[in-house]
Amino acid sequence: MSRLQTRFAELKEQNRAALVTFVTGGDPNYDASLAILKGLPAAGADVIELGMPFTDPMADGPAIQLANIRALDNGQDLAKTLQMVRAFREGEQVTPLVLMGYFNPIHKYGVERFIAEAVASGVDGLIVVDLPPEHNVDLCDPAQAAGLDFIRLTTPTTDDKRLPKVLNGSSGFVYYVSVAGVTGAGAATLDHVEQAVTRLRRHTDLPLCIGFGIRTPEHAATIARLAEGVVVGSALIDQIANATSDAQAIDGVLSLCSALAEGVRGARA
Amino acid sequence: MPANRAHGALLPSFHSPVENAMTSLRTGPDANGLFGSFGGQYVAETLMPLIHDLAAEYEKAKLDPEFEKELAYFQRDFVGRPSPLYFAERLTEMCGGAKIYFKREELNHTGAHKINNCIGQVLLAKRMGKKRIIAETGAGMHGVATATVAARFGMECVIYMGSTDIHRQNANVLRMKLMGATVIPVVAGTGTLKDAMNEALRDWVTNVDNTFYMIGTVAGPHPYPAMVRDFQAVIGKETRDQMLAQEGRLPDSLIACIGGGSNAIGLFHPFLDDKQIKIIGVEAAGHGIETGKHAASLNGGVPGVLHGNRTFLLQSDDGQIIDAHSISAGLDYPGIGPEHAWLHEVGRVEYTSVTDTEALEAFHICCRQEGIIPALETAHALAEVFKRAPNLPKDHLMVINLSGRGDKDMQTIVHHMEQQEQHA
Repeated sequence: MSRLQTRFAELKEQNRAALVTFVTGGDPNYDASLAILKGLPAAGADVIELGMPFTDPMADGPAIQLANIRALDNGQDLAKTLQMVRAFREGEQVTPLVLMGYFNPIHKYGVERFIAEAVASGVDGLIVVDLPPEHNVDLCDPAQAAGLDFIRLTTPTTDDKRLPKVLNGSSGFVYYVSVAGVTGAGAATLDHVEQAVTRLRRHTDLPLCIGFGIRTPEHAATIARLAEGVVVGSALIDQIANATSDAQAIDGVLSLCSALAEGVRGARA
Repeated sequence: MPANRAHGALLPSFHSPVENAMTSLRTGPDANGLFGSFGGQYVAETLMPLIHDLAAEYEKAKLDPEFEKELAYFQRDFVGRPSPLYFAERLTEMCGGAKIYFKREELNHTGAHKINNCIGQVLLAKRMGKKRIIAETGAGMHGVATATVAARFGMECVIYMGSTDIHRQNANVLRMKLMGATVIPVVAGTGTLKDAMNEALRDWVTNVDNTFYMIGTVAGPHPYPAMVRDFQAVIGKETRDQMLAQEGRLPDSLIACIGGGSNAIGLFHPFLDDKQIKIIGVEAAGHGIETGKHAASLNGGVPGVLHGNRTFLLQSDDGQIIDAHSISAGLDYPGIGPEHAWLHEVGRVEYTSVTDTEALEAFHICCRQEGIIPALETAHALAEVFKRAPNLPKDHLMVINLSGRGDKDMQTIVHHMEQQEQHA
């Protein structure tokens, strides 16, 4: 079993949802970002999404755009993000880690080289925002052949006709983008999420993780009652943006992570 | 780079109509929206269903005689087509070589070729029942054309424009506002066209239900590159007929400037299979390609994926997009339409580049010699004409796409002339 499969199977046993956290690799800088990454499992993150910075994050709102800029300004690149994963894996063998980003840096790095190094570094899966199933040959197919999970985004606009195409070839989990919009914008209503979960369950047995607009432990708990996972990104990144020192950034992210984890863990009690 | 490799293997001679059909360079893109390995649909899942809807609606519209009739009506009576093919006698005399013709797209309503595409897209938006139009703009010509058709069809209009561009193309901002558009300044990045396009995509992803995204060039996810090209191809079709009527034969060479590449592909496309015709696209070399401060994606970039398509991009070793530089806001983009990337790869079109300084010089010459103030974008193509025309025989027929007028560039020109006086 892959790390993602193992993790979601364990959580099912415990009857609780996963807290999935997103931070951008290298934000605010390499060392602080690595400290955050290393601290996340103990702070209650069940699955980690690590952003690969890109100059033009077209699907992201202001918080993650700025995180990308901070990371790039401080010298982060794809090689360093992979290096960060290797450093994380030195002490951590169970928490699944998924790289998330846009295709161009991978395309430039070389798809074959990227996949080989990602596998060797201990990456478990990939989320690439601008690679819909129409472009499976570009990365999804070779990545899965190499044992990486390829996690698909489904959205409110992905209708029943299209869902099978999107889910076919998805592995690890399914990420439901609960609002049509950019990251960090408004949240979906509970009704909408309930209906979406019911609809998605008709099409897949993969764990469902819900994201976009989830910022507080209370909100996370509500979602955790409906789905196998709750994704939080922009709210964590705001802790970095608002910090005046690296120590404060690290503490801010990990404290919020702990609070979110408490919310998620208590949700079905 | 394979740009200038022999055409032999890739462009077999067209002996029979059957062979011609099989080897035509005008049939792209394929069903996946690809021109060779360029193009495609690299967008977030939220947008995929919208893009498929748009492609389906466009395919239907293309076959609908009513759509064609409506388009023809607006092209004629609203835009003012056909635009003249004008013999630039004084410039021809000055160069002393090729016979230079201007395809006068700057005479269109709103002052550039951009409106050709906007009229087509707004009719599609109407068919699809969309009430809100968004667009990105660089020099503001596409923004003005979009605001114009939105006003004409009573639709809400939001234009994203980089803050740098808003400053240097202020007259166009006012024009957009006069026609009821909301102009939203984009401060991200360098505040130019690329950043405006990111922001327009973010708007689209947020307002999927009622919004039509009017992309202004032959880039973006399929079907945009093909659709925008088809709407602009009226330029080349008219040129063909006009040249046959005026000179009794086809031209020998075509020249156009390239940012995203819509005016160029509009002129080139109907001639791609006439292999005897030399076709030249002119990129913006800014301060010079060797300085790194330029906007020449083909001559100074490598393939990558941005804004929905795979194409040549200005990017770092890490695949980060590098900001373009050009004195002309309309060419200030780090990518290029995927069909141009493909035509570059197969060697059908020669892509050259012209610096800011060369373009400015050509701008002044055109003003003085022909009494036509060209856009700074267009001045790049003129500079290339001045390099080539003197060395060509007098019976060589050269067509340059006079893609836009330069009224919008007065501020930039004045600023530059003042700088020169200070240095003098």
